[in-house]
Amino acid sequence: MNTVFKKSDPGREGVWPERAHKSAAELLPAGLLRTRPAGLPSLSELDVVRHFTQLSKRNFGVDGNFYPLGSCTMKYNPKFTETVAAMPGFTRLHPVLPQLGGAGRLCQGALEVMYETERLLCEICGMSAFTLHPMAGAHGELTGVMIMAAYHKDRGNKKTKIICPDSAHGTNPASAAIAGYEVVNLPSRDGIVDPIELAKVLDDSVAGMMMTCPNTLGLFERNLPRIVEMLRSVDALLYYDGANLNAIMGKMRVGDAGFDVVHLNLHKTFGTPHGGGGPGAGPVGVSERLVPYLPISRVEKLEDGQFYLNYDFPKSIGYVAPFYGNFGVVLKAYAYILRLGRAGLIRATESAVLAANYLRKRLDGVLEVPFDRICMHEFVATACKQTTCGIRALDIAKMLLDKGYHAPTIYFPLIVKEALMFEPTETESLDTLDQFADDLMALLAEAAVDPALATGAPRTLPVTRLDETRAARSMELTDDL
Amino acid sequence: MPYVPHTPEDIRRMLGVIGAPSVEALFAEIGPSMRPKSFDLPEGKSEMAVLAQMEDLARKNAVSQMSFLGAGFYDHHIPAAVDALSMRSEFYTAYTPYQPEASQGTLQAIFEYQTAVTRLTGLTFANASVYDGGSALFEAAMMAVRQTGRRRLVVCEALNPIYRVMLASYTSNLNLELATIAHKDGSCDLAALTAALDGDTAAVLVQNPNFFGTLHDFGALFAAAKAQGVVSVITVYPVLQAVLKSPGEMGADVAVAEGQSLGLPLSFGGPYLGIMTCTRDMVRQMPGRMVGRTVDTQGRTGYVLTLQAREQHIRRQKATSNICSNQALCALRSLMHLCLLGEEGLRRTAEICIERAHYAAERLAAIPGVRLLSDAPFGNEFAVSLPVSAYQAIDKLTSRGVVPGFPLGRYYPGLENALLVACTEKTSKEQIGILAEMLRGMLL
Repeated sequence: MNTVFKKSDPGREGVWPERAHKSAAELLPAGLLRTRPAGLPSLSELDVVRHFTQLSKRNFGVDGNFYPLGSCTMKYNPKFTETVAAMPGFTRLHPVLPQLGGAGRLCQGALEVMYETERLLCEICGMSAFTLHPMAGAHGELTGVMIMAAYHKDRGNKKTKIICPDSAHGTNPASAAIAGYEVVNLPSRDGIVDPIELAKVLDDSVAGMMMTCPNTLGLFERNLPRIVEMLRSVDALLYYDGANLNAIMGKMRVGDAGFDVVHLNLHKTFGTPHGGGGPGAGPVGVSERLVPYLPISRVEKLEDGQFYLNYDFPKSIGYVAPFYGNFGVVLKAYAYILRLGRAGLIRATESAVLAANYLRKRLDGVLEVPFDRICMHEFVATACKQTTCGIRALDIAKMLLDKGYHAPTIYFPLIVKEALMFEPTETESLDTLDQFADDLMALLAEAAVDPALATGAPRTLPVTRLDETRAARSMELTDDL
Repeated sequence: MPYVPHTPEDIRRMLGVIGAPSVEALFAEIGPSMRPKSFDLPEGKSEMAVLAQMEDLARKNAVSQMSFLGAGFYDHHIPAAVDALSMRSEFYTAYTPYQPEASQGTLQAIFEYQTAVTRLTGLTFANASVYDGGSALFEAAMMAVRQTGRRRLVVCEALNPIYRVMLASYTSNLNLELATIAHKDGSCDLAALTAALDGDTAAVLVQNPNFFGTLHDFGALFAAAKAQGVVSVITVYPVLQAVLKSPGEMGADVAVAEGQSLGLPLSFGGPYLGIMTCTRDMVRQMPGRMVGRTVDTQGRTGYVLTLQAREQHIRRQKATSNICSNQALCALRSLMHLCLLGEEGLRRTAEICIERAHYAAERLAAIPGVRLLSDAPFGNEFAVSLPVSAYQAIDKLTSRGVVPGFPLGRYYPGLENALLVACTEKTSKEQIGILAEMLRGMLL
């Protein structure tokens, strides 16, 4: 399919505003102006509509395809939340309004949404306070680690290291490094964090540890109480990566379990769409002792019920976002929580875990599951058995695409060879899970007889497998290269 | 239960296959000491009830005010087709395009986005976007730090103060030195910026138009930077790039922008779009996702995420950045916006915005006691000095339905009487007339 630039035909009128009376050359000195046009396309509105409609048809999405992409919680995104985020009373609100002195009165509704969302997230997680500012999960991690650093600095602690289990998301060590810490890699035992291994690397120089619970193998971290004790003994903080919160809502609260910092992925647990890779939102919650270090501003409520932004927190880490985070995403998550309520959130967790265990059992004997016990909301299988007949995890993923399923996450976590990570989520029906299991079993059976069926997949999509080496070498990153 | 389709019979069947006596049994590993001390949340509501509640909240925001607020974030017209197209669920319910064969729509769109933004800035490479203009600026500074191995950043004080405070937060643990060079009546002090460059400087960071709306040609500054091995970083306003000299023409190494003005509503601060572009020399330092063109096994053109060896999921703590998500849907909207306007539409938009602002400046400067902060050239935004506090003017006019602008004193001590006024194509001459008359009336 041609790029939109190739479809350009100078002279076609798009959605143009009226013409100004004077040109830029008449309004501004020539030395400040560009000497040649930028090179944007000239297209009619229908040209553009057709181009992007055709592009959309070359994409899988949750609405059209079962999307069991592990670690990403691709649950259904309720449509009414889009209606909420598109309300003009929210979309037309300028973010500097609360900075205009008395003009906070112009945005009371938005401030109330922020205040109430923070309150609900505190109750869901058992934390003392939340900030909505971080704009994605990894951004939440960075914010969380900066808060940990501020705590230690304030207490005069000399801490230089952050511990990350080998099952961690890659963002954990990267966030710790960006915040200025040395990263210590902790090997797992039997799929979970082992206190004996932890003891080997834990000392006074450790600022904290970043954990995902259940971890990226979908396993609950059974030794958590012991880990909490060990970290407290050296004044190290425990960070909760909220990527997998969908497995424990209402069953465990992060704060009650002893975590000091948590980031949530509103685009995972709270049903906001992933947008093809963003925007997400990564609010951060903290325990009481870390509240002073939260980013500014913070929304507060006066006795008369008015909401305002407080910027006066001398120990704060400062600003991590220009304003209050991805407010449009927060709106959707807030509406989602109101809609589900207490029982709905618990039910979401229960059904997510039920669906994952059901799918795990249905695939029993077909794909090997290295840690084959009750899992939480996702599980990791391996294609090791299949590699003996020349079929890899990647091939299985591509066969699934041909059947109209998005693939599971593959080759992650790194500690399982030929990993296939399945997360069905609570919103998929039993029929869908059964059909998927049947189809996957049939595909694997056919491929065992004729491996070329797998290694040549996909065949039914707009493109077959793509030459990634060539892409990296030729570096054609724009239409002009 | 909404959105959960399992019937009691389904649940019985599923538990039977799993071999578990109850759903609760699946959570047995969460010991009693780890169970919630409370989970006191409201009960769920119908869709209709939640929508009504949200309508009530939306009504508590006064968005019918006439507004001259900008400060880096602008209320432009968004073509209806942007909303219609970006709401196609194949785009917005997809994840990051890890399976390229099933994600050619997202991938080609990002490739086209990368092309469009490099054409605007006149540089060679772009990434698939980061969170916002402020994080883009920080990431650009870190690109320079890695590229040069130096630890000093020279920052123009007329660069958006919101971004400068973000930069200060992000760099606080990184042993970097921030040298801020004072502005002169809202203009960048080019001589002082040039003088501040030295062999320890990683980057010089400037903005065009700057926070005061003032326009500059940074060509000479960037040439001086190059001579010292300093990376030139500029943040721009994409709409005005239709007419303004591009970062590429000025010799910048990295150009970033807040992309909100390209098809994204103000939405109280987000989601927005961090645009990042750079020269070939800098591309290996680029953070985040990038899409490249290649071919499939049959020789057909296709698109993939590329140069992933820079990224966190491969490199972990050695990655160029911790960024995982980008703002894909926002990038897609900005591309749609640019395509719907096209070269002519964006140029017209820029020219109307500039023309209206110049008209507004003329009207406001004609009021006794009001003067322009400087006579430097400006685009769609300018600063005026009032005979009273800007906060006072804002308070009085806002209560009459007009938000006249942003109080510069909030970030610049000594400029308590200065008001920053922005116009877009949505600002009519009539509205400008009303603002002028109300301000004149207030100052009588």
